[in-house]
Amino acid sequence: MPALGADMEAGKVVQWLVKPGDEVHRGDIVALVETEKSTIEVEIFQNGTVDELVVPEGQRVPVGAVLARVTAREPTSVPGPVPVATTAPRAGAAAREAQGRPSETEVAPTVGRHALVESPLVRRLAERLGVDLDAVQGSGVGASVTRADVERAASARAKESGHPVPMGARPSSSPFARRLAGELGVDLAALRGSGPGGSVVEKDVRLAAAAARPEERTAEGVAVEDRQAAMRRAIGALMARSKREIPHYYLSTTIDVSAAVSWLGEANLDRPVTERLLLPIMLLKAAARAVKRVPEMNGFFVDGAFVPSEAVHLGVAISQRSGGVIAPAIHDVEQLSLDELMVWMRDLVTRARAGRLRSSEISDSTITVTNLGDLGVDSVFGVIYPPQVALVGFGRMREQPWAENGMLGVRPCVVATLSADHRVSDGIRGGRFLTEIDHLLQEPGNL
Amino acid sequence: MTNVEALQLMRSVLAKVAPEADLGEVAAGESLQEALDLDSFDFLTFVIGLAESTGIEIPDRDFAKLSTVEGCVAYLTSAH
Repeated sequence: MPALGADMEAGKVVQWLVKPGDEVHRGDIVALVETEKSTIEVEIFQNGTVDELVVPEGQRVPVGAVLARVTAREPTSVPGPVPVATTAPRAGAAAREAQGRPSETEVAPTVGRHALVESPLVRRLAERLGVDLDAVQGSGVGASVTRADVERAASARAKESGHPVPMGARPSSSPFARRLAGELGVDLAALRGSGPGGSVVEKDVRLAAAAARPEERTAEGVAVEDRQAAMRRAIGALMARSKREIPHYYLSTTIDVSAAVSWLGEANLDRPVTERLLLPIMLLKAAARAVKRVPEMNGFFVDGAFVPSEAVHLGVAISQRSGGVIAPAIHDVEQLSLDELMVWMRDLVTRARAGRLRSSEISDSTITVTNLGDLGVDSVFGVIYPPQVALVGFGRMREQPWAENGMLGVRPCVVATLSADHRVSDGIRGGRFLTEIDHLLQEPGNL
Repeated sequence: MTNVEALQLMRSVLAKVAPEADLGEVAAGESLQEALDLDSFDFLTFVIGLAESTGIEIPDRDFAKLSTVEGCVAYLTSAH
């Protein structure tokens, strides 16, 4: 079960789109999974043949559970249990790794003695625990070494030598959590703790117990209500974590968008309505390009350090009609033309509303943009989606008096805001970022 | 296309964009986007839906004419 977003604890397999014996190719949609927020199309990440569907339709399992077994086609890979992979090994993989979830790495033949280690986090962990990566047998996709492998190796070595493991190998747990686990029949050893130092706390036990319980729903209405409540809980938990962990700072600037608006007017003049461009597209593009120049806004804060992302995968906050918000990613936005971005955005909005997002879209945004302007507010100061480090907000476009060169005029303006992580950047860089967006919007033809 | 047909078409296109939105609650001259909480992408999708299901080519300069219920009906009934 892939982690489809930082706030996901478990997911339900709604439907399998493949069966044992089917050939699958990287990027194929193999299953529909329902999370608290949406139904997601899960993509597979390797070529091969489906051997077995481990989780039946309708069953809810925690993140990290094996969904299916696939024999990889690559000659040197060994058949074995692999989580149905979610997405390209972009920075998102690093983020999931940091949350103790299985990393999905590209299927590649294991060549030579060097262990395949995708994640810098796994490397760092190995360093800290004194584990020689080349001596570790990887259990990840394509025999890559995962965090769990490193922890296992450290733990095995500690047993031999009689020395305690420095950290993390076996989660501690509170007496209450242990008692509760006994009552609810939950195996503590199989749990990942969310408490301090990775210790297992009451919440973890309850979640595990809930995930193990088969779902009982009497009526459609109850299911909808459950889902709404679950979504609010998921959003609440993630946002509370963000506010707890991330020292936010906030900046705002008012941008004169008259150049962008008149450029758009002309660009749209000769277009059929099906190819119409909208102002938010220009704002998204400007934000993505500004990020390239102020890279402290783009990436993940994991394991006490900032891991910048080379690519810009822009999470776009989309409100769902039934309530709640979801922020799927548009990949490599800085490389898309405005027309391409427009097509992506329309497609994404439609699919987000219809509950048909793909796993690769939901798990690896490197920065998020929210555009509440459409719904009438002047500005929005958002809460950063962990483990991202910045969130850009655009308010509504409105005409306002604008003084420039000693003259007063009326201009269409948009308030751009930034919520950023003080562990990674300071106000001066954040200010530079907003100024960069402003500059880019003054030359709309070059966007 | 008659007025009734135009309204029927708007309803069916809208159902795909905003399933819970009720055209019956919108006054004839009210902004569709505001009354139904449609963002600019929703509204564009709605207009494109009208264009695609009727085969009418709606040029961009006519976009503003479609902002209300009566505007849409007038546009759809007069177009061929």
